[in-house]
Amino acid sequence: MLDQTHTPAAALAGLSVSIRDLTLSFGSVTVLKDLNLDIGNGEFLVLLGASGCGKSTLLNCIAGLIEPTGGQIFISGQNVTWAEPSARGIGMVFQSYALYPQMTVEGNLSFGLRNAGVARDEIARRVARAAEILQLQPLLKRKPAALSGGQRQRVAIGRALVRDVDVFLFDEPLSNLDAKLRAELRVEIKRLHQNLKNTMIYVTHDQIEAMTLADRIAIMKGGIVQQLAAPLEIYNRPANLYVAGFIGSPPMNFLKGRLENRLFKGAITVPMADYDFTTAPTDGEVVFGIRPEHVALGAAAETSPIRTEITVEVIEPMGADTLIWTAIGTDPFRIRIDGQTRIAPGDRLTIGFDPACASLFDAKTENRL
Amino acid sequence: MIDAPFPRTLSGPAGSRPRTRIAPKRLMIYAALLIVSVYYLLPLWVMVMTSLKGMPEIRMGNIFAPPVEITFEPWVKAWSSACTGLNCDGLSRGFWNSVMIVVPSVVISIAVASVNGYALVNWKFRGSEVFFTILLFGAFIPYQVMIYPLVIILRELGLMGSVWGLVLVHTIFGMPIITLLFRNYFASLPEELFKAARVDGAGFWGIFLRVLVPMSLPIFTVAVILQITGIWNDFLFGVIYTKPDTYPMTVQLNNIVNSVQGVKEYNVNMAATLLTGLVPLSIYLISGKLFVRGIAAGAVKG
Ligand SMILES: Nc1ncnc2c1ncn2[C@@H]1O[C@H](COP(=O)(O)OP(=O)(O)O)[C@@H](O)[C@H]1O
Ligand SMILES: [Mg+2]
Repeated sequence: MLDQTHTPAAALAGLSVSIRDLTLSFGSVTVLKDLNLDIGNGEFLVLLGASGCGKSTLLNCIAGLIEPTGGQIFISGQNVTWAEPSARGIGMVFQSYALYPQMTVEGNLSFGLRNAGVARDEIARRVARAAEILQLQPLLKRKPAALSGGQRQRVAIGRALVRDVDVFLFDEPLSNLDAKLRAELRVEIKRLHQNLKNTMIYVTHDQIEAMTLADRIAIMKGGIVQQLAAPLEIYNRPANLYVAGFIGSPPMNFLKGRLENRLFKGAITVPMADYDFTTAPTDGEVVFGIRPEHVALGAAAETSPIRTEITVEVIEPMGADTLIWTAIGTDPFRIRIDGQTRIAPGDRLTIGFDPACASLFDAKTENRL
Repeated sequence: MIDAPFPRTLSGPAGSRPRTRIAPKRLMIYAALLIVSVYYLLPLWVMVMTSLKGMPEIRMGNIFAPPVEITFEPWVKAWSSACTGLNCDGLSRGFWNSVMIVVPSVVISIAVASVNGYALVNWKFRGSEVFFTILLFGAFIPYQVMIYPLVIILRELGLMGSVWGLVLVHTIFGMPIITLLFRNYFASLPEELFKAARVDGAGFWGIFLRVLVPMSLPIFTVAVILQITGIWNDFLFGVIYTKPDTYPMTVQLNNIVNSVQGVKEYNVNMAATLLTGLVPLSIYLISGKLFVRGIAAGAVKG
């Protein structure tokens, strides 16, 4: 009992943000259930999930903009569960930028500092520094209406920057920008993180943003964290079917079948002796998953442990690579190959893959085996 | 090979279609507009013309004819020396009474209602929806029901018959609709703006005064116009809750026009009526564009 009411500093050592058993309900709708999340100092954590899974709600709870129904939130070792947003040492960047339209860029940047009663020369110093980092100097006297989307979002980031906070919260900051600007600003945010080394919690539904930016990704579904791991770990060893299908574009191929004595039996038969099982396997219904880019053609296929013949149905050339649509048994199957390979619909091809790169899921629990 | 130069533009339609000056369809529209304008402007024309004539000319009939001899005498008389039952100092007294009623009523009702609307949208408290429903319900209760209770309340407060009593009444009656107006406008603003201001450490008043009010000029304009015209044109409450010394302009106008002593001075009556209508009219003319913008902004979301 004691160690629950006390907050042992040791339990929070090295942690920037710690979320304990967080529950949030809107009336009878429970959006977050007993959510636990520990985020280290200087870590870049991405909350990834489909629209409506509760990412923004979680971020708003951390920011103090929504009062949690249950649980605790710690930031920099302080219990901030009941603290005002401005007293939590966080800065937040919103999807719609949320700049104050009647203030200049300078006014937007300094608003928080003026509210906090920071001395005038200190405000000027911090605004100048943020403007320099984000290249906003020529825009300081403009109103937001006179800025482009990318510039507006940089001002929004600057507004968090001037407050010298420990934790940055981003809620889909790039979703309102066009593809090119998004890619540019993504790198800019990554560079910012490398220079500042602040803790950043970044919400997105875009897996490219998640993979490129994150130290760790938390994949959410229905208010529950499905998997929390480094991007490559999530890519290589997805914890369940949902994560496997969510990460990767085009998504992983799934073949239904049975596991019998470490042998996958479906439309094709695959010995799973080399597969790295999480626990000793039991026989039963399973789903076999292999990523389109882990399927080889031609000479590479000949040396693969598993080979099979397929008929090309549709091809989608995308320049750098080409996507082949086919089927194995009744399950649709996609293969991603080099863009220069010459292939036509109707061709018969031998494909090969390595079961070691595959994933195996229990058909009932959908968890990784 | 010799290329015979092709003409670059081939025969047939090219570019924008030529328009006839006055298409029959247009003609119909203009005719309809003209008729409607005449219908509305004719009474105004009669009033203006009559107010500029002397009584002998009026007695000759011809109410549509412009004055042979223009005189501003009726306007001067209406303003400064027409008799209203007790005193004979014209409409000027009523004008200043009305100003003294309208200015505080408008300022107070809008100040309170805008904060109401802001709190209802952004600081939802337990029961805020119920509170709003009750307030809205207030907008639909017939005035007549509340007249006598208000008489008693004002009497008990010692405000019966005073300008401040009427100010209180107007503030109360303006509250539901103006609160609704502001609530809808603030609900149409992005919620993230409010959240950003909270993260930036602004409080209840800081967010309202420094972030929201500066971007709400259109809706404030609408509220000011609605309240000024509504309160200026009020007759019923003015008659009931004030006394002859403090009658607003509309009540005084009625007393001038309906006074039974002496001959009916149509020119003075017309001038007095025009003078009374001048305030709302000029408000509309000055703020027309802002008004339309505000109406549009407020209508976006419910
Ligand atoms: N104020 C609210 N009242 C009721 N339900 C809400 C409210 N805000 C969000 N929700 C619900 O919570 C869920 C999660 O929303 P949100 O966190 O915004 O999702 P996202 O992951 O897209 O950011 C959604 O199903 C949404 O309908
Ligand atoms: Mg969201």
